[in-house]
Amino acid sequence: MALLEVRDLKTHFHTDDGVVRAVDGVSFSVEKGKTLAIVGESGSGKSVTCLSVMGLNPKRGTDVSGEALFNGRDLLKLSGEELRNIRGAEMSMIFQDPMTSLNPVHTIGRQLREAVHVHEKVPKQQAQARALEMLKAVGIPRAETRTDDYPHQFSGGMRQRVMIAMALINNPDLLIADEPTTALDVTTQAQIISLMSRLQRDFGSAIILITHDLGVVAETADEVMVMYAGRAVEQAPYKGLFYQPHHPYTWGLMDSMPNLAGDETDLTPIPGTPPSLLRPPKGCKFNPRCRFVMDVCRETEPELKPVPGDANHLERCHLEEAVKQAEIERITTERLGAVS
Amino acid sequence: MIRYIIRRLLWAVVLFVAVTAVTYSLFFIVPADPAKIMAGKSAGPEEVERVRKALGLDQPIYVQYKDFLQRLVVDHSLGTSYANRQDVNDIVSAAAPVTASLVFGGMILWLLIAFPIGVYSALRPRSKIDRTAMVGVLIGISAHPVWIALLLAYFVGYRWGLTPIQGYCEVFSPPPGSSSTCPGFSLWQWAYHLILPWITISVLYAAFYVRMIRSNTMDTLNEDYVRTARAKGVREFNVLRSHVLRNAMLPVVTMLGMDLALALGGAIFTEFVFGLPGLGQEAVQSIRRFDYPTTVGLTVFATIVVIVFNLLVDILYAYIDPRIRLS
Repeated sequence: MALLEVRDLKTHFHTDDGVVRAVDGVSFSVEKGKTLAIVGESGSGKSVTCLSVMGLNPKRGTDVSGEALFNGRDLLKLSGEELRNIRGAEMSMIFQDPMTSLNPVHTIGRQLREAVHVHEKVPKQQAQARALEMLKAVGIPRAETRTDDYPHQFSGGMRQRVMIAMALINNPDLLIADEPTTALDVTTQAQIISLMSRLQRDFGSAIILITHDLGVVAETADEVMVMYAGRAVEQAPYKGLFYQPHHPYTWGLMDSMPNLAGDETDLTPIPGTPPSLLRPPKGCKFNPRCRFVMDVCRETEPELKPVPGDANHLERCHLEEAVKQAEIERITTERLGAVS
Repeated sequence: MIRYIIRRLLWAVVLFVAVTAVTYSLFFIVPADPAKIMAGKSAGPEEVERVRKALGLDQPIYVQYKDFLQRLVVDHSLGTSYANRQDVNDIVSAAAPVTASLVFGGMILWLLIAFPIGVYSALRPRSKIDRTAMVGVLIGISAHPVWIALLLAYFVGYRWGLTPIQGYCEVFSPPPGSSSTCPGFSLWQWAYHLILPWITISVLYAAFYVRMIRSNTMDTLNEDYVRTARAKGVREFNVLRSHVLRNAMLPVVTMLGMDLALALGGAIFTEFVFGLPGLGQEAVQSIRRFDYPTTVGLTVFATIVVIVFNLLVDILYAYIDPRIRLS
């Protein structure tokens, strides 16, 4: 049985302008010790999906429905106190911007110890020892001398390491990483990603990695879910997604990814902007930006269904399989240099 | 940290010289002749000249300013009042405790009001309490202290007879030669006479502080590190105490230091309505009498208070915010 099994998750925000369907019927599962990558543009509902699972969305004006079975309990039905006991202990989360995610007025030692003390009654020395051990594990140089330092005395990459140390200090089963490398420079990004992979092996945690960087997905993911406008448009094991990408939006993402292998292909951005979630377009939500749009796309939204011959590979598109295969052929030959 | 304090102290000296120089020269631009006033209406021209010479008013301004600074720094003296030959130091030290009682007592009251309401409003925006508080803030900011003071004095003091309307009572013994009408000298009488002034001064400041604390707390609630604390599973009460309020109160400390210093310089309206012999009263009186030494003396004192409070706030701020202390 999967560690986390999310079924038909819907998160709707009631605003003065109307209902924002930030997440609108998303289902996925994460196996023990595996990595699920959630990919999509800003505003596609990736973060809200994870915040809903963590119970960290604002309570006021927010409707969350569906199921999120985690170690057999439905997170969406738990009381605030029960959920609080799970947060930080059995599942934890790290965020996009390490510069603002640590409290500026407390030492990092205190913030790490707090993460221990919230869930366990242990003496301060023991919490301190755990904090130190974790800081070493995430590769903070001279960790002994740094627990009394404040966040502003660390660089961005070091702060993200501190965040990871804090998230893993209680040895959680699930780590949710919300664009953990977006705010970092490229070399630091690579270090953080390899650090997360190593810690995943050592600690055996499952990871949900939210990203818009397909390169990171290729390096780390076992499963991939591509989200667009609050819905999954393609879900597949990582190999299936990269070698048989079936949705025009996924193609768009791949076309806008730099290719290190061959420089003769240009970057092709996806035209337009993500739709308003207040008033999404009729039919397929991607139709205004899709190069392959047909009349039916403007009328009815396609179902999420398996691609022919692969029950684990789901996608949401009206296009004929033959049309798709031609495009898959083009993309894989042009782009795979970047991911393999 | 030490270097930070030294830098601040040097700044304070510069500020002090600048403010006193400006104040001192301002009074000599006013077209009134203090020597004439001092000598009296019946004095002849020679009499006036003698007074002028005796007071050193025949010297150029910069010499007078130099003498003034010298007196201040060497003898710690602010000079003698033109009006009644009283030592200005005595005038200031009699008036300062009155104003301090008013302002510090008022501060405690306005913080007691503003803190819980501000925080609660931030946690429950658009709730009934929040909306009521925001209307109250608008009224508090708009209402003039004199109007509030008069209303309080009329209803609470006069119509219902619950509190005194006028006057100030020391906590300990009466000052020598004072024509005090106090029925007794005790903490109780002191507070009893200050209740209405405290409420008056609190209304405006409480309104400002409710608004400020509310918006600071709301901003801090949206900070990423608050989400991090929740993601760690920290109890909501501790999130508020240890992560939200600690950060939200940083700007409040700065404001408090400045407001206190300004209010100490003269809570004139409140002192005026309730007949409190504080710094504001003395200042108004001395200006009316062209009593320059007293006016300048009170200004110097107010300047020192502002500078000292700014310094204290800076040091306190550095103490509570590691980003300043360690950079």
